[in-house]
Amino acid sequence: MSDIYISQSAEIAARTLGEETVIMSTADSTVFMLNPVGTAIWTAADGTTPLSQIVEERVCAEFEVSPEEALDDAKAFVEKLAGHGILLISDSPVSGGGSL
Amino acid sequence: MSLLEQLNEKATALGVPLGAHLDITWRCNERCVHCYLDHDGKGEMATEEIKDVLRQLADCGTFFLSISGGEPLLRRDCFEILEYARALRFSVKLKTNAVMIGEAEAARIRQLGITEVQISVYSHLAEVHDAITKLPGSQRRTVEAIRRLRAHGVKVSITNVLMKQNYGNARAVKQLAEELGAEFVIDPTITPMLNGDRSVMNLGISGAQLEEVLHAEEFVGDVSEYCAPVSTVDDDVLDGYSCSAGHTLAYISPFGDVFPCVQFPMPCGNLRRQSFREIWWRSPALTELRAVRLRDLHTCSHCSHTAYCSRCPGLAYMEGDFRGPSSPDCQKSFARTGIPSAAQLRSGSSAPRTVTGLVQIQGLQ
Repeated sequence: MSDIYISQSAEIAARTLGEETVIMSTADSTVFMLNPVGTAIWTAADGTTPLSQIVEERVCAEFEVSPEEALDDAKAFVEKLAGHGILLISDSPVSGGGSL
Repeated sequence: MSLLEQLNEKATALGVPLGAHLDITWRCNERCVHCYLDHDGKGEMATEEIKDVLRQLADCGTFFLSISGGEPLLRRDCFEILEYARALRFSVKLKTNAVMIGEAEAARIRQLGITEVQISVYSHLAEVHDAITKLPGSQRRTVEAIRRLRAHGVKVSITNVLMKQNYGNARAVKQLAEELGAEFVIDPTITPMLNGDRSVMNLGISGAQLEEVLHAEEFVGDVSEYCAPVSTVDDDVLDGYSCSAGHTLAYISPFGDVFPCVQFPMPCGNLRRQSFREIWWRSPALTELRAVRLRDLHTCSHCSHTAYCSRCPGLAYMEGDFRGPSSPDCQKSFARTGIPSAAQLRSGSSAPRTVTGLVQIQGLQ
C-alpha cells in the first residue's frame, strides 16, 4: 500500500500543553484532546513526511509498540481527525494546510 | 468531566494561562451609559507590540483569546491582528458592538475562523438601545450586522445587560436572538469603572427585579434546581478557589498592563517593561492571589452559600479586599435562595436595593 501524507488544517485552533494537544474545529467548535502519541503524530504532520516515517520516528522510537500495530492505529487516528476536517490526508506530499 | 473541564484542570495544574482577554483599544464609537472604561486611546500598543504579545501568549500555552475593547474594529489593524492571532492557532472570540461590520467584514470574520462574535443588544426597541449607547441608529446597525454574520455562518452570542433603562426587554431580546440564530446571555451586571468610579452602579436593577430574573425558567432553566440552597461545605470546596482569574486567565489592556481579569484591576506588571512569562510566573500580586483558597476568605469561608457562590474576587478587590465578599454575589445568592449570606448577616443588609456585580447566566436555546 502506498504511503500517505498528513497536514494540519487551517480551520482549527490548537495548542500543546505538556504532552497533550487541544484542538478545536472552527467550523463547529468541536474539541479534541490528543494524548502524547496523538500529539507526536500531530506535531509531525507537515504534509511532506510520510505517515509511516512519522510512526517509525515519532511513535515507535518513543513508545513501546510494534511498527505494524502503531501504523494501523495511526491510520485509524488520522482518518478520524480527517473526518472532522482537522487533518488533511494526501497520497502525495503537500506544502501544508490552507492559509487564512 | 467534559473535555473543557479536563483542559482547565490540566492548565491549572501546569500553571498555564489558558485564556487571555486582550483589549486592543479603549476607544469606542458608542458611549454606553454603564461602560466601565474611559475611552482614552493615547499610548495604545502598536501593531507590532500586539503581535509580540500574541506570540508570547501562544508560547505560554494560551488557547482561548478574546479580542475586545472599546470597539476593536476602530483600530485599522484589527483584521491584521485577528489574522495574526488565528495564524498562531488561538481560538479567537471577538467582542464588538458590530456597527462597523458590513458585508466584507462579515465575510472576513468567517474566513478567519473566528470562534464566536459576542455582541451586546440592550433592547429589541431601537430607541431604548440607542439611548443606552448614545449612538443614533446603533441598534439597527448592530442587528443588521448580526444578520450578515449569521448569513456567513458565524456563531454570534448576544448579551443583554439589564439596567433600569431596559428592564423588561430581556424576553423580547431573547426572542430576537432566536430569530437571528444567535446564542443569548442575560447579564444583570453593572461593573464599577476601572478607575474606581462606582456611580455607574446606580444604573443596576433592583433586588426584587434580580429575584424575578433568577426565578424565570426561560433565563435559568430548572428554577428549583438553580435556586435550591446548597449547604455542603467540605474540604474539597474549601481547598478550591473562586474563579480562574490569575490562575488560568489573564487580562491585557491596550497599554500593556496585565491584570488577573478585566473585572479585577489589580496591577501585575506591564508588557512594555517585562515579558508576559515573567509577569505570569513572578508577579508578587499573582503569587499572592494564587495562594488564596476559599478556606482563607475571612467571611465567605463561613458562609452557607460558599459551595456554589459565584463570588468575584475582582469585585471584592474593587470593594477594598479581594479576600472579602463580593456584595453583588451575596445579593445574587440571596435573590436565588432567600437566604442571607454571611456578609449580609454581619452587616444586616440582606435586602439590597441595587445589583452591582458580575453575574452571567447562560440562557437556554
